[in-house]
Amino acid sequence: MHPSGIVEQVRRSIVIAKKDIMIYYIKGPVIIFGLLIPLFLFMAFSVGSRFASLPFLISGLLAMTLFFTATAVSPVIFPWEAQARTLERLAAAPITVPALIFGDILASFVFGVGITLAPVGIALALGLTISHPALLLLGILIGAICFSSLGTLLSVPPTSSPPNIMMLSSLIKFPLIFISGIFVPIESLPAWGRLVAVFSPLTYFTDIARYSLGEVHAFPLVVDIIALAFFALLFTAAAMMLHARTLPKRI
Amino acid sequence: MITGQIAIDVREVTKRFDDIVAVDQISLDVRRGEIFGFLGPNGAGKTTTVRMLTGIIRPDEGSVHVMGHDIVKNPVPAKQQMGVVPETANAYLDLSGRQNMLLAADLYGVPRARAEERIRETLAELGLLGRQDHRVQGYSKGMQQRLILGMALLHEPPILFLDEPTSGLDVQSTHLIIAMLQRLNEAGTTIFLTTHNMDEANRLCHRVGIIRCGRIAAVDTPEQLKQTVERIAVVLVRFDRRVDIRALSALPGVADVAEVNGRCRIAVEDIDTAIQSIVSHARAQGTRILSLDTPTPSLDEVFLSITAGDD
Ligand SMILES: Nc1ncnc2c1ncn2[C@@H]1O[C@H](COP(=O)(O)OP(=O)(O)OP(=O)(O)O)[C@@H](O)[C@H]1O
Ligand SMILES: [Mg+2]
Repeated sequence: MHPSGIVEQVRRSIVIAKKDIMIYYIKGPVIIFGLLIPLFLFMAFSVGSRFASLPFLISGLLAMTLFFTATAVSPVIFPWEAQARTLERLAAAPITVPALIFGDILASFVFGVGITLAPVGIALALGLTISHPALLLLGILIGAICFSSLGTLLSVPPTSSPPNIMMLSSLIKFPLIFISGIFVPIESLPAWGRLVAVFSPLTYFTDIARYSLGEVHAFPLVVDIIALAFFALLFTAAAMMLHARTLPKRI
Repeated sequence: MITGQIAIDVREVTKRFDDIVAVDQISLDVRRGEIFGFLGPNGAGKTTTVRMLTGIIRPDEGSVHVMGHDIVKNPVPAKQQMGVVPETANAYLDLSGRQNMLLAADLYGVPRARAEERIRETLAELGLLGRQDHRVQGYSKGMQQRLILGMALLHEPPILFLDEPTSGLDVQSTHLIIAMLQRLNEAGTTIFLTTHNMDEANRLCHRVGIIRCGRIAAVDTPEQLKQTVERIAVVLVRFDRRVDIRALSALPGVADVAEVNGRCRIAVEDIDTAIQSIVSHARAQGTRILSLDTPTPSLDEVFLSITAGDD
């Protein structure tokens, strides 16, 4: 066994992910919250826009669910661990910071994908046909990595107060919802809105979901997938690098 | 890998926090198989040092090698060799003791079958077997600290770092932990122990390092340190009846006599002359000597004299 070899480090990432799921994710409130926020936003929205088509609404719900679940817990794990004084032992363990971050992303990924199956089930139950299931699945997988790493990236500021990080991440999460074509299609946004939308990873996931459910979509699929994958890589790399710098400051 | 006899090699390590220098150019060696005690007043830089040695924070200057591995350049192999009990650390309160142990074993790559065996052994040795499936939330402070020690031991590390492992614990838990450290050391584990408890350091440690204001003030065996403290020797004698203090004071080798709690506290110039003359004086007077002590300075006194001048 080479403790610093990649195989062993990935194995330890999986241990971290298991720990996260056991401690932070499998909690009634977390799961219910992950489902409820998107559902409420969705209902408020669908009541307000009776003219939107069902596939349009459902793809929006899908995007919100994946986005909210994958960014729900991932930003607060570090401040929680710092506050509960469990972080120092992790920092002393033979696991690199990138492997530690990868574990956190992995847990959020599993949670995000798992919960997002619920709106997919709703879509099927409502009699919608998913025209491109393989594409949708691919989109969900890449999207989950992207949003999970974004969530982990949000916890970089070395505060050990979970509420501070929650506030910060809400400040970033909610605006993204409105500029990513979930409630208002990109095409109908004003010029500045369209410009901002290009910088939101959520835009591309929403676009993929629209296409998969047979709706009109704004970008070529290749662009959607490449952009989403690019953001996923960018956020993951940034989270790994920046956490390596701020982790010692939390202790 | 050439590591020789040195388990921990610290060279001119410095750590600053903004404008304060918490650790200032510290160098020390910890030998394999030794229990090294690290003493110092509050805020002297003990925890900061331990954190640098265990790779939790990075030194600003200097180098640390643990079992031949550079802790900054090669942290994973170095950390794989050590067990760490930080000053303030918790287990996961929502998990059971056993689940916490499993998690620790997995993080150190202990194979599952071996982990199960080690967990059973360790929990039994720490007196936690009966509560292993209960949530740590309900554990007492002593139980939690024992659990954290157990979690640090599962991968059978050759080096163990403990930062005040017994602070705030009752006598039983303290004894249990100390006895366990002693057993581990007999089996070859090198131990780096930070403590405030002089008695503990005196009994347990082969060598102690004393740190004050971020600098090493002394490193030696407890015995040697005690001898370095200048002090007039004292003889404490209990006689079976009252004796004439003035007559005692006049004896050869005796500097000063005072009566303390029914005993004569005799400050002596030369211990041999003084004891000989006290004994002959007692025999001449027909007085029996009930007890005679020559107390050496305690590590406490050494510590106080070395760190004198701190607030
Ligand atoms: N993270 C930090 N940020 C700023 N200052 C720090 C930090 N950690 C330690 N210090 C400072 O460094 C100095 C040494 O602290 P350290 O905790 O190492 O002392 P110690 O010897 O462990 O004390 P104690 O016996 O109270 O545990 C103190 O002045 C402390 O205030
Ligand atoms: Mg300390």
